[in-house]
Amino acid sequence: MAQKPEKKQPETTGHSWDGIEEYNNPLPRWWLWSFYACIIWAVAYAIAYPAIPLIKGATPGLLGWSTRGEVKADIQKFTDANAEIEAKLSETDITLVSADTELQSYAVNAGAAVFRSNCSQCHGSGAQGAKGYPNLLDNDWLWGGDIEAIAQTVRYGVRSTSDETRYSEMPAFGEFLEKEEIAQVANYALSLSNSEHDAGLASSGAAIFEDNCVSCHKEDGTGDREQGAPNLADAIWLFGGDIESVTQTITSARNAVMPNWGGRLTGAQVKAVSAFVHQLGGGE
Amino acid sequence: MSSSDQKDQLYAAREPVFPRRVSGKFRSLKWWIMGLTLAVYYLTPWLRWDRGPNLPDQAVLVDLAGRRFFFFWIEIWPHEFYFIAGLLIMAGLGLFLFTSALGRVWCGYACPQTVWTDLFILVERWVEGDRNARIRLWNSKWNIRKWRLRFTKWIIWGLIGVATGGAWVFYFTDAPVLLVDLFTLNAHRVAYTTIAVLTLFTVMFGGFAREQVCIYMCPWPRIQAAMVDEETLTVAYRDWRGEPRGKLSKAANPDQLGDCIDCMACVNVCPVGIDIREGQQLECITCALCIDACDDIMDKIGKPRGLIDYLALTDETAERAGGQPKKIWKHVLRPRTILYTTLWSLIGFGLVFALFIRPDIDMSVAPVRNPTFVMLSDGSIRNAYDVRLRNKNGDDRPFRISLTTDVILRIELEGTPDLSVNVPADSTLLQRVYVTAPVGSGADKLDRTGFRLWVEDLISDERTYDDTVFNGSAR
Repeated sequence: MAQKPEKKQPETTGHSWDGIEEYNNPLPRWWLWSFYACIIWAVAYAIAYPAIPLIKGATPGLLGWSTRGEVKADIQKFTDANAEIEAKLSETDITLVSADTELQSYAVNAGAAVFRSNCSQCHGSGAQGAKGYPNLLDNDWLWGGDIEAIAQTVRYGVRSTSDETRYSEMPAFGEFLEKEEIAQVANYALSLSNSEHDAGLASSGAAIFEDNCVSCHKEDGTGDREQGAPNLADAIWLFGGDIESVTQTITSARNAVMPNWGGRLTGAQVKAVSAFVHQLGGGE
Repeated sequence: MSSSDQKDQLYAAREPVFPRRVSGKFRSLKWWIMGLTLAVYYLTPWLRWDRGPNLPDQAVLVDLAGRRFFFFWIEIWPHEFYFIAGLLIMAGLGLFLFTSALGRVWCGYACPQTVWTDLFILVERWVEGDRNARIRLWNSKWNIRKWRLRFTKWIIWGLIGVATGGAWVFYFTDAPVLLVDLFTLNAHRVAYTTIAVLTLFTVMFGGFAREQVCIYMCPWPRIQAAMVDEETLTVAYRDWRGEPRGKLSKAANPDQLGDCIDCMACVNVCPVGIDIREGQQLECITCALCIDACDDIMDKIGKPRGLIDYLALTDETAERAGGQPKKIWKHVLRPRTILYTTLWSLIGFGLVFALFIRPDIDMSVAPVRNPTFVMLSDGSIRNAYDVRLRNKNGDDRPFRISLTTDVILRIELEGTPDLSVNVPADSTLLQRVYVTAPVGSGADKLDRTGFRLWVEDLISDERTYDDTVFNGSAR
């Protein structure tokens, strides 16, 4: 610019602190306009959207928008998008689900969500179970590990309030047997799986086992899935495999409970969570 | 604006800049760079590259939905983002290198803000005339002629803006298809929104904000202070030669005047509206147009060129002491620039090397940690692994998974009785793999045992591996 004045001294604001002066380098005016525009925007925003906190909640805003409403709409969107395949899942026979790759993939993913909300409290977030709550990752099943058996267990539960529930009850042998006899039969039970045991006591326990236990747990102790009798000859012990735990189990019996999820979950959800559990590594 | 006036003003109106046309070697260089960079930007999406069936044939494509980046024969997957990171580091080091050697040469020649502003000023000059005509038009009343000229200019700017925004969206989807969709109103609304926003900002930045972007918005002018040193070549005025300035015809004793005749040519051509004779300034983008303008004047009055020139601080000190400036290569070649060049090249070679050795198949293994192991009914210990298999080939491939280890470990795949899975073309498959340590294998009772998981492409025989661990029941 030809008309630019010769600069001798830069402009100052006239402020002076300890002899230090401040140059006056004004911001451009468009910056000021942008600033005003932001203020107007802020006011408009506060009117249109929830903004000002009150004692109970905040001002709702003219647009009626809320995060909760947005989440609700999002959930609805996914529910609608899945409606077709959800209907297909609920119509398909559970044994045929895995043959359809897309349906199986949907069932496993949906089942994982169902599992997290409903099952993980007892069976653990990784389905690894805990003492008294079966591990669903291994290949040991009380009531059967094929997809139909799993779905049956999920739908009707174990010792639940449903009329169709899976049901069995081991007696508390503390009422029928002497302490000595219980010690003998406990050691015999442990010997079936080659667990640590007293061979002397175990040999006298064989006869007691024959008299009291084989009707459910079978001669070789491999159990009976028809009545949910555990396999005593394997390495897995739901309530502990040491002598104290086994003694207590025989004395007082343990009858764990699982709710009948058919009452709370839809048919498709039961199928989905069964498909999920079935593919965790132990499915038969 | 008087000084008392200014004291009360916290905000100043932008003072318009009317750069005059200039010609010379730096202006020619800038025209060439502008043509090249604009051509690269506008034409790249239209280059085709045959990748066979199922893959896009656009040479440069950022496929956000499919999470792929295509660059001629190179295809980058999301897990190979380190290539992009490497390129960004190279871009950063390159910027350091050029800045330490040549100051704000990026700003002056190659920055999109400079290139587009140059283009917009070109249009402005073509429609409204050169500097003096534009100043007259600026000061004139809003009559029909002014409206006509302004509208013509704005419409051309707008068209450039639309073309700029339009070219951008072509990088993200197939260009010929999108072009037809855009005109038939079938394109996605994101495309229209992007074009609208980019049009707005192109016109705003190139047409109206111009040097304000460099001065107020861009962080680079502030960062460059750390990058330049006394050997950096920047645009400078030889005041020891030029001063005292003055018009030869008006001066009483022309012999005592310096070479600067105060013709304001350097100021008139400046796109950021500064006077280079006041020394190096924050606003200066070192576009070197003032050098062209001054050289032209020096030729006319029969004085040597270079009153305004690319100079380093050491040259200035040397010349003031009566010495000679250093050769350009001596400024450019010094430990700092050599270090930057070395680092830049190392990363470049590393990336090229990585590009050549990367396999067409890939695997990543994540041991399942919830729980870390499971005891099976026979007492053996089983671990699960989430194995991600990537097939970068254009056809489906059977992948076989195996393991190598010092101990006895059995491997199984979820959902299939054999050890191979079919991975679809150009995609990723998540496969759950079980590894079991039988009782007495050793690994079942240990804490951790390392092993190597292999994946082999049964068609190409290419194989790769990933090392991972087996968790036994020991705590």
